[in-house]
Amino acid sequence: MKRRDFLQYAGLGTGAMIALPALGHAIPAEALLTPGMDVAQKKVLADVALNTAKSMGATYADARIGRYLNQYVFTRENKVQNVVNTESFGVGIRVIADGTWGFSSTNDVSTEGIKKATEIAISIAKANGKIQKEPVILAPVQSHGDVSWKTPIVKSAMEVPVSEKVDLLLTANAAAMSNGASFVNSAMFMVNEQKYFASTEGSYIDQDVHRIWPTFGVTAIDNGKFKTRQALSAPMGLGYEYMMPDEAEKVAGIGGVKLYRNRYDIVEDASMAAQQAIEMLSAKSVDPGKYDLILEPNHLGLTIHESVGHPLELDRVLGYEANYAGTSFATLDKWKSGDFNYGSKIVNLVADKLQPGSLGAVGYDDEGVACKEWDLVKEGTLVNYQAIRDQVHMIDQKESHGCCYSQSWNDVQFQRMPNVSLKAGEEKLSPSDMLKDVEKGIYIAGRGSYSIDQQRYNFQFGGTLFYEIKNGEVVGMLNDVAYQSNTQEFWNSCSAICDKSDYRLFGSFFDGKGQPSQISAVSHGSSTTRFKDQNVINTGRTI
Amino acid sequence: MAIFSKDDAKQIMDKTLAFSKADTCEVNLSGSNAGNIRYARNSVSTAGYQNNQQLVVQASFGKKVGVASIDEFDDTSLEKAVRRAEELAQLSPENPEFLEPLGQQEYLESKQYYQSTADLSADYRAQVANASIEPARAKDVTAAGFLNDDASFSAMANNKGLFAYNISTNVDFTVTMRSNDGTGSGWVTRDVNDVDQFNGEEASAIAIDKALQSRNAKAIEPGKYTVIMEPAASIGLLQNMLRSFNARTADEGRSFMSKEGGGTKMGEKIVDERVNLYSDPQHPLVPSGTWAGDGQAIKPRDWLKGGVVENLAYSRYWAQEKEVEPIPFPTNGIMTGGDASLEDLIKDTKRGVLVTRLWYIRTVDPQTLLYTGLTRDGTFFIENGKIKHPVKNFRFNESPIIMLNNLEELGQQVRVNGNLIPYMKIRDFTFSSLSDAV
Repeated sequence: MKRRDFLQYAGLGTGAMIALPALGHAIPAEALLTPGMDVAQKKVLADVALNTAKSMGATYADARIGRYLNQYVFTRENKVQNVVNTESFGVGIRVIADGTWGFSSTNDVSTEGIKKATEIAISIAKANGKIQKEPVILAPVQSHGDVSWKTPIVKSAMEVPVSEKVDLLLTANAAAMSNGASFVNSAMFMVNEQKYFASTEGSYIDQDVHRIWPTFGVTAIDNGKFKTRQALSAPMGLGYEYMMPDEAEKVAGIGGVKLYRNRYDIVEDASMAAQQAIEMLSAKSVDPGKYDLILEPNHLGLTIHESVGHPLELDRVLGYEANYAGTSFATLDKWKSGDFNYGSKIVNLVADKLQPGSLGAVGYDDEGVACKEWDLVKEGTLVNYQAIRDQVHMIDQKESHGCCYSQSWNDVQFQRMPNVSLKAGEEKLSPSDMLKDVEKGIYIAGRGSYSIDQQRYNFQFGGTLFYEIKNGEVVGMLNDVAYQSNTQEFWNSCSAICDKSDYRLFGSFFDGKGQPSQISAVSHGSSTTRFKDQNVINTGRTI
Repeated sequence: MAIFSKDDAKQIMDKTLAFSKADTCEVNLSGSNAGNIRYARNSVSTAGYQNNQQLVVQASFGKKVGVASIDEFDDTSLEKAVRRAEELAQLSPENPEFLEPLGQQEYLESKQYYQSTADLSADYRAQVANASIEPARAKDVTAAGFLNDDASFSAMANNKGLFAYNISTNVDFTVTMRSNDGTGSGWVTRDVNDVDQFNGEEASAIAIDKALQSRNAKAIEPGKYTVIMEPAASIGLLQNMLRSFNARTADEGRSFMSKEGGGTKMGEKIVDERVNLYSDPQHPLVPSGTWAGDGQAIKPRDWLKGGVVENLAYSRYWAQEKEVEPIPFPTNGIMTGGDASLEDLIKDTKRGVLVTRLWYIRTVDPQTLLYTGLTRDGTFFIENGKIKHPVKNFRFNESPIIMLNNLEELGQQVRVNGNLIPYMKIRDFTFSSLSDAV
């Protein structure tokens, strides 16, 4: 399912009944807590795949035995609409034979089932090897032996009773309704990936990964107009502790906007949302023109995702995604020149799969590479891409960046975006300081409409909340705002970045890529940032 | 083999229902065999084959509902799934919008299955890829494509007497061809139920031609232009528009279909009177399923007739609240067209833009159905009845409602994504900025 489909369910919430994930089997909530297969048994079974593959001529093989647990809770106003608990368990086997990848998967996690799936993977590799023009070259990887990793959560969301989650969502809904909302839809998404990876390189990696995303859409209606204010939460690589408010994790935005770091207050946010949705109904329609934009992290994260994260995926740059997501303006010649000016000198964009609380954090990627941090854009200059084992030789590098991921045991792993973040400013600067020298500007909080071309030049972004700034002061809320820019011009207009005290994560829970399409989850950190002279359009229409 | 015959499916489902002790029990059984091949850089990148089958049991006690599913169909597993659904129902909060399953229904015959497609092999997929890659290579073009084929069945039964069964096959193919100088790109999409109606080589040749013809595009000023939309371009906006044909959100006042002061736009003329949009699950060119997930029969139905809103979709719950007949969402969309070919439409155009495809379409304002997105993979300037030169891609900000009010001419219909959509000539389509993307 594509991200926007999920958002349609979760956000605007015009229909919250959701189908089971394609591979998930519905289970009682308590079954989410039962332990999966023992690690020792997984190792024995994984070795069946590796040994079968080697005996049939594979030069490389990996096996991923995965148990994927999901719990989704949907409510509207005072009603529970749906509670979905799913489990999916199986094994995916990837091989290289005749210089070509082959992949097969099965939910028959037995010696026989694994042998059969491995044989299919080998036969696919050999069939396609006949028309293969680019034999696979793998970068070396360290053999890790038997290792494990777990998301550093305080409280597993799966251990919290459904009734407690339902009560919290209904309390948030009631808060919105009592503050004047006409409708509210809310949802909580929880994911636990229990995945075991083994490869012929000698690694046996057991990982337990947790993610959570609470969200809502609050709608106000008056005089034939309607406006919806989305939640200002972020999907996170955290446990249920994210749902426990903590004043120390609240951040004051501009215009009285309340924002959240590593702990969320859904009831407070829903109350604010209702008040703001009502205010949006009568807010001034923006005058189109040039404005300085002050973008807070829960908005800027999506702009980073689309204009930096995607164009620096090496598979896009090389053309592997040409038929679906597209290619990239950030071509190899620009990178090789060593002086391609991606942004202004204060722009430092880093990739990582390490940040605590982030959606991308794991110990090892889905081909057994230990995760790390690396520079993508340094002091404004393009310096690197995101790559995996079979790609890095194409950029003359010898080490994978550890970006390989598959959404399940049933899908083949491929290059996916790591966390991509904008480094905080070095000098002390708060959002209120940043505001002071803006003559004509707009402060934008939260995600909104987003669209970008297939090579990531031209984009248009909306947002959740917009506030007009005149001569260093907020003068009121705006409506109908979207900004259009070109990626390189946009990042070169970056004129100030708040310090690390304002740094926090935005997240994308259902990022789609590939054919057949797969989802992944990724975070983008930043502090509030200013961009000069951006082109703002008015999106209001009369029909 | 994951495809069950109607009799085999019924037998398994009847057996499952016999285990039920709940107030109501509904069983869905489905399965598919699916194969795919993906290529890029003129070489195969990935290929796969998956078969899946699943039985989902929904049990209810009053308005408490539980769901469980399995992929093994022996008696023990079937009973276990029923018991699990019943346990889960007892533990669940009440869903005030739950309605008891429907009883026996009359369904139209589904005509979506072709053995030719069900029999496809990995070798066939490799041949399609090769017949796309080699002509591209010969013309200094790089191919990236994806072919997916599947055979699937779905069945539904409950203890109120309902039984439904459907079997179908599909082939979906897309290919992007890019000229090796990086300045041209072409794309084509094809979808059929019967693989004998599919010619990957012919489709690839169109994309190669577009890639070569679109090289070295010139920039023209953004603004309002007469456009000729290929069906693959307009389909995204039309599908988004159809999503707003939801009676509940319209009644609730939070939809384009809501009427100021209350009520809906049902019966109102919202677009040009030449716009007729209907659905028909038995249309020979775009057959679709004949029953909806809640058991309702899918029948031929008008959505826009003479530009007037003829129907909105009502869920069973909302229909009961409003005391009207429930109407399921359509499973296909058919827009009536005209006789003009694409060439005819171009010939009659003094100044305009031919659009192959719209991409990254996102809602900007749900109140006015304003969408943004970009042209891609073949955008051409038309002058005095001829294609003059390729043009750089545009970002648009436009509503399908405005688009269908600015209709100039309808052309021949083409199947796209299971729908039948005509070529359309539209005046004053709003391009708001230029993109450097190829």
